[in-house]
Amino acid sequence: MTAKTEVVTAGEPVAANRGHRKQLSEGARAERRLGWLLCAPAVVVMIVVAAFPVFYAIYLSLQRYDLRFPAQAHFVGLSNYGAVLSSSYWWHALMVTLIITVISVAAEFAFGMLLALLMFRTIFMRGVVRTISLIPYGIVTVAAAYGWQYAWTPNTGYLSALFGDSAPLTKTGTAIAIIILAEVWKTTPFMALLLMAGLSLVPEDLTKAARVDGASAWQRFTRVTLPLMKPAILVALLFRTLDAFRIFDNIYILTAGGNGTYSVSILGYDNLFRALNLGIGSAISILIFVCVAIIAVLYIKIFGAAAPGTGK
Amino acid sequence: MAATAKQKSGWITANIVTMLVMLIPVVWIVSLSFKDPSTITDPTFFPRKWTWANYSGIFSTSDFTRPLLNSIGIGLIATFISVLLASLAAYAVARLAFRGKSALVGMSLMIAMFPLISLATPLFNIERALGLFNTWPGLIIPYIAFGLPLGIYTLSAFFREIPWELEKAAKMDGATPFQAFVRVIAPLAAPGMVTTAILVFLFCWNEFLLAFTLTATTAARTAPAALAFFTGSSQFAVPTGSISAAAVVITIPIIIFVLFFQRRIVAGLTSGAVKG
Repeated sequence: MTAKTEVVTAGEPVAANRGHRKQLSEGARAERRLGWLLCAPAVVVMIVVAAFPVFYAIYLSLQRYDLRFPAQAHFVGLSNYGAVLSSSYWWHALMVTLIITVISVAAEFAFGMLLALLMFRTIFMRGVVRTISLIPYGIVTVAAAYGWQYAWTPNTGYLSALFGDSAPLTKTGTAIAIIILAEVWKTTPFMALLLMAGLSLVPEDLTKAARVDGASAWQRFTRVTLPLMKPAILVALLFRTLDAFRIFDNIYILTAGGNGTYSVSILGYDNLFRALNLGIGSAISILIFVCVAIIAVLYIKIFGAAAPGTGK
Repeated sequence: MAATAKQKSGWITANIVTMLVMLIPVVWIVSLSFKDPSTITDPTFFPRKWTWANYSGIFSTSDFTRPLLNSIGIGLIATFISVLLASLAAYAVARLAFRGKSALVGMSLMIAMFPLISLATPLFNIERALGLFNTWPGLIIPYIAFGLPLGIYTLSAFFREIPWELEKAAKMDGATPFQAFVRVIAPLAAPGMVTTAILVFLFCWNEFLLAFTLTATTAARTAPAALAFFTGSSQFAVPTGSISAAAVVITIPIIIFVLFFQRRIVAGLTSGAVKG
């Protein structure tokens, strides 16, 4: 059901945009048939692999279902949700996830904006800077995560040696900071690319005019450039927020969720594949799904982010 | 206006700092992969004793070569099918008026934003029941599904830019519809499709959670997931060197690939996001 409301929310702008609705002529009807025909294979695959399993997960989340004793599976109503929501593990995981999401998206936005300005405006080596900046985007997350893990391992890593051979990955606070560092390093270039595309849409005349009117560089940036970039910024933030909220790879490799660094995805994984508790695990999965839907709706409704691909 | 000396040095410093930040972590993994096992616990940035042993080690075991093959095969097949299906749908989204279009765009966006962990369990259960668990199709099918939103989104942005009137013009000049498509439209659509294929392949190559949960052996496990199962040459050896070497092997080709196609990737990532 969450699925359905989401579709409507994301689709609305197009419906509103399409404007006049013609009487269906023969040609229009043929066009509609062709449209459905062309979309059918993609829609079937997406429904089979994504939509159907979500409903199956909802069904599983209402069962007491231990994979070690599949024969004893039975319907228990909402009690799995009760168990998850009254567990301190869930709230801790949610807190850790929110901390990682908010800090890393904020840092990526700040660094991404600086990087975008650099790639857009620098007067030297522009091509080289742009090329090198794509490296973190291209690198496999798991590979990069191992690099960070070893860098912070005492007696192995140069960073650990630099900071007095402590073992920062074994302490909650510093481990979360390293997870955020790995996340920010990897995804800032992606953010910067989206922001740079927004920057290129700001007409130069406007910033020039502001300069003639005596606006300082900072005023030109905050009063002219930023407002014009708002749509690009919101899309970039929406993408990255939803992506950061699902964080799994980096945490799994860096700490495996140990020492209180587990995110909601890691908690779900542990319940599903370590404890083999499909009921509880599915309830966690559905709750994560609901959180993601809430974040998306907040962005679209409150900040007015246009769902990408649907026009303004 | 000419840049002053102060501005010049400012930009140069910013450029250098940026490039160092981007490069150091990569150079570090490469350096680790060349460290001799006896010096791996020596926290210098560059190896003091160089060796190829880590590379010859990982390529002598099917624990790595098989997953590497899986990654390539699964990635290519999933990308091919995904881009094919996505171009049909994207053509419809970009060119045709039909009811349900916004629902399609909405659904694919929703899937793109999906928390993968929410699908890991149901897929795990379904695939075990269907005998797809731990097989190539067991990963290819979900990858197609998750490549589709990316594909539809990027391709419909590209397709909107194609001057479709040319097709009509070619037909007027006596081309058959097939000729018009092959000679005129296909060459115009090809760059967008290549770009999309690159983005989808990068997603498949990078994916970890499903590769990790929907496989049990190296029969279908892809390289990123295989890294997490590496052990040292003996029970007591730390696999730092082999993991680093494997990380380099799966990363360097992709980095070269990304740098080679950088214009297309940048165009692909930003096309839909800005033009809307």
